Amino acid sequence: MTRNARFVDERITLKYGTGGGAMRALIEQVFAKGLGDVEDGIGLGAMDDGAAIRIGDQYLVIATDSHVVQPIEFPGGDIGRLAISGTVNDLAMMGATEPLALTCAAIIEDGFPRDDLVRIWASIRATCEEAGTTIVTGDTKVMGHGELDGLVLNTTGVALTSRLVSDSGLRPGDRILVTGTMGDHGLAIMATRNELALETTLESDVAPIHTLVRRALDVGGEGVVALKDPTRGGLSSALHEMAEKSSVGIIVDETAVPLRDEVRAVGELLGIDPLVSANEGKAVFGLRPEVAAGVLDAIRSHPLGRNAAIVGECVADRPGFVILDTGFGSRLLAEAEGELLPRIC
Amino acid sequence: MNLNDPLAQLKFRDPERARGLREALDRLVHQADHAPVSVMHVCGSHEQAIAKFGLRAAFPLDLQVIMGPGCPVCVTDVPEVDEAVALARQGVRIASYGDMLRVPGTSQSLADAKAEGANVDVVYSVTQAVELAREHDEEIVFFASGFETTAVATAAVLVDDPPDNFSVLSAHKYIPPVMEIVAEMPETKIEGFLAAGHAATITGSAVFEKFVERHRLPVVIAGFEPLDVMAGLVKLMEVINSGEPRVENAFPRCVTREGNVHAQKLLWRVFRATGGRWRGIAHVPNGNLRLRDEFAKYDTRRRFTIDASALWSYAPPKLVQQCQCGDIMAGIASPADCQLFGKECTPDTPVGACMVSAEGTCKIWHQYGGRPDLRSIKRGAA
Repeated sequence: MTRNARFVDERITLKYGTGGGAMRALIEQVFAKGLGDVEDGIGLGAMDDGAAIRIGDQYLVIATDSHVVQPIEFPGGDIGRLAISGTVNDLAMMGATEPLALTCAAIIEDGFPRDDLVRIWASIRATCEEAGTTIVTGDTKVMGHGELDGLVLNTTGVALTSRLVSDSGLRPGDRILVTGTMGDHGLAIMATRNELALETTLESDVAPIHTLVRRALDVGGEGVVALKDPTRGGLSSALHEMAEKSSVGIIVDETAVPLRDEVRAVGELLGIDPLVSANEGKAVFGLRPEVAAGVLDAIRSHPLGRNAAIVGECVADRPGFVILDTGFGSRLLAEAEGELLPRIC
Repeated sequence: MNLNDPLAQLKFRDPERARGLREALDRLVHQADHAPVSVMHVCGSHEQAIAKFGLRAAFPLDLQVIMGPGCPVCVTDVPEVDEAVALARQGVRIASYGDMLRVPGTSQSLADAKAEGANVDVVYSVTQAVELAREHDEEIVFFASGFETTAVATAAVLVDDPPDNFSVLSAHKYIPPVMEIVAEMPETKIEGFLAAGHAATITGSAVFEKFVERHRLPVVIAGFEPLDVMAGLVKLMEVINSGEPRVENAFPRCVTREGNVHAQKLLWRVFRATGGRWRGIAHVPNGNLRLRDEFAKYDTRRRFTIDASALWSYAPPKLVQQCQCGDIMAGIASPADCQLFGKECTPDTPVGACMVSAEGTCKIWHQYGGRPDLRSIKRGAA
C-alpha cells in the first residue's frame, strides 16, 4: 500500500478520521505495530470491520466503534440508533448476523441535558429491540465543559458465526452489489448545517441490517466473497479498500448506482459526491458471477433492500483502483480526503 | 429550485445523445487538416463537468481540451490577498467566500490570519456579508472575488444602500480581456475558445465579436451539463474546420446576443475596468474590476490605510517556487506536468491556489482522479 506512505504528518489531523487512505496508513504505521495477531482468525492487521477468534468449530466475532456526530439528533435517527446499528452492522459484515450482546460506554460533556440523554437511551433501547440484542455492560465518564462536544458513545459487540466473510476475497469477473441508495446519511447530516438554510426531506438511512445480510448469505453461500459497510468515505472508500486488499480493479457503472433524486440534487448543490458520502444502513457485496442474480433477488425481498442493484465488476487491470464509468466516459473514482465538514458518524 | 425534478437534469444527461455527439466529434477532429487540435475553455465549471463525467476519456485522442484562467480564486493576485490579510491583522472584520480563505498570500492566507486570532467570516453570498454589517456596529469588509457573474451580485448590493459600516475590497476580474492575453501568448497553440455560458448570460455573445475579428479565433458559448459541453465542442470543431472564425452560441436556452442588459448596466454603473496582474498569468489590461468614484464610500481601499509591508519580509519556501499554477492556468502545462501534484500538494496541504479553489484545475483533477488513460480497460474474468 505504497500509496498511503505519504501520510506521515507530525500531528494527527482531521483527515486521519475520514475513513480514507490517511486512516489506513495510521493503523498500519502505529496501531497495528506489534499488536493484534490472531492465530486462527482475523486480527487487527487485516483492518477488517472486526476481529474473529476461533472457538471450537465457530468463530467469535468482535467489533467496536466510537460514535461522534453533530447534531446528535438528526433527520432519520440520532447518535444512539447510530451506535447500535453501527456495531451490529460491523458484526454482520464479518458474517456474524446474530449479535449476542453489546457493551456501551458513554463519555458526556459537563452540562449535557439529562432530557437529551433520556431520549437517546430510549432510541438505544428501541434499536436494540429491533436488532434482537441488548447492552450487557457499560461505562460512564463525564469530562469538563469544552473538553468534548456533547456526547461520545462507544459500542462493542460480540457474535458467533461458523463462516467468516472477509472484505478481501475478490477476483476478476466478480460482481459488486449495493443494498440500496447511496449517500443518504452523509448528505442528510450536511443538509442540517444551519448556514446553508436548506429545507429538505433528506433522512439518514441508519438501521441495523444484519437480517438482510443473513438472507443474502443463506442464498449466496460461498459465492459471497467480500462484504463491507460503506460508512465513512462512502461507497468510494469501501470499494478502494476492497480493491486494494484483493488486488483487483473495480469498474463501477455510475448510472446503475441507486441514488435518491434529492441526494443527487443536494450533493450537486453542496459539491459533495454521494459516492463519498456515508451510509449507515447499507452494505457492499462482492459476489461470484453465478450467485449474483440470486443474491440480488434475496436482498430485494427484504424491506431494507428494495433498491439493491448490481453496480460494477472486478477486473485484472489497475489493481487497487476504482474506475467510474459515467455513461459519458470514464474516470478514476477518488477517495474523500481532508475534512472540512461537520462530523457525521 | 425544485430539487425533486429529475427530468430537468436528465434532458442534458442522456448517454445515448452523448454517444451521437461523441461520434460527431470523432469525425470532425479526424477531418481537421492537422493533429492534434487544441482548444481552451476558461471556466472552472466547464472543467468540473469534464472531469466529473469523465468526458476526457471520451474525447478523441487528437483533441486537447485545455483549461485556461477560468478560476477567479486562482487568479486573485498575491498583493490582493495581502491586502485582505493585512486588514484582518489590523483588527478589521473580513467576510469572504470560503474558497478564498486558504489562498496563500506572500506569507499568510486569511485562514492563517484567522488561526492567529483575526476575525474572518465565511459567507455564501454578498448579501450575507451585508446582513453581518447590519447586525454589528463594527466595520465589515467584504473581500470580493469572482468574474463578472459574481461582480453583478456585488454591484446589486452596493446600489441598494448598504449600511455605512460595510465596504468592498474588490478582487473581481473581467474575463474577455484575458482571452486576448492567452491568444497572444507566443507558446499558445489554442485554435478556439469555449466560453462560459453563465458569464455570457450577462455579457451576451456579442462581447466576443471583436475578439474573433482581431485574433481570427472562433468562440463558442457552452453550458455546463455534459451534453452542453459535448455540443459546444462539436460546434467549435465545425467552425475551426470551416476556416471562418466566428462567434457561435451553443447555449441559446440562456444566452442571447445582447445578454442581460439590466445586469450589464448595473455592473458598469458600480465598477470600472482597470489593468492589473492576474496571479501566474500576466498584467491584464482592463482585467480588474474596481469601484467607481461614486461608490468611494464603500471602497475599502479608500476607506482604510492598508499596510501590507509587514507581510513582505519573507522568502517564499522552495515548494512554492516549484508550483506550476501559473503555467497550468495559462494552458501551457497540465497538473500531470507538476512534480508536486498529488504528492506535496493536495487539497489538504495546498501549495498553489489551483489546489485550493473548487474551481482550480489541480483541485478538480485531484478530486476526480486526474487523467489516466482508461480506454484500454477490459471487462470480464482474466
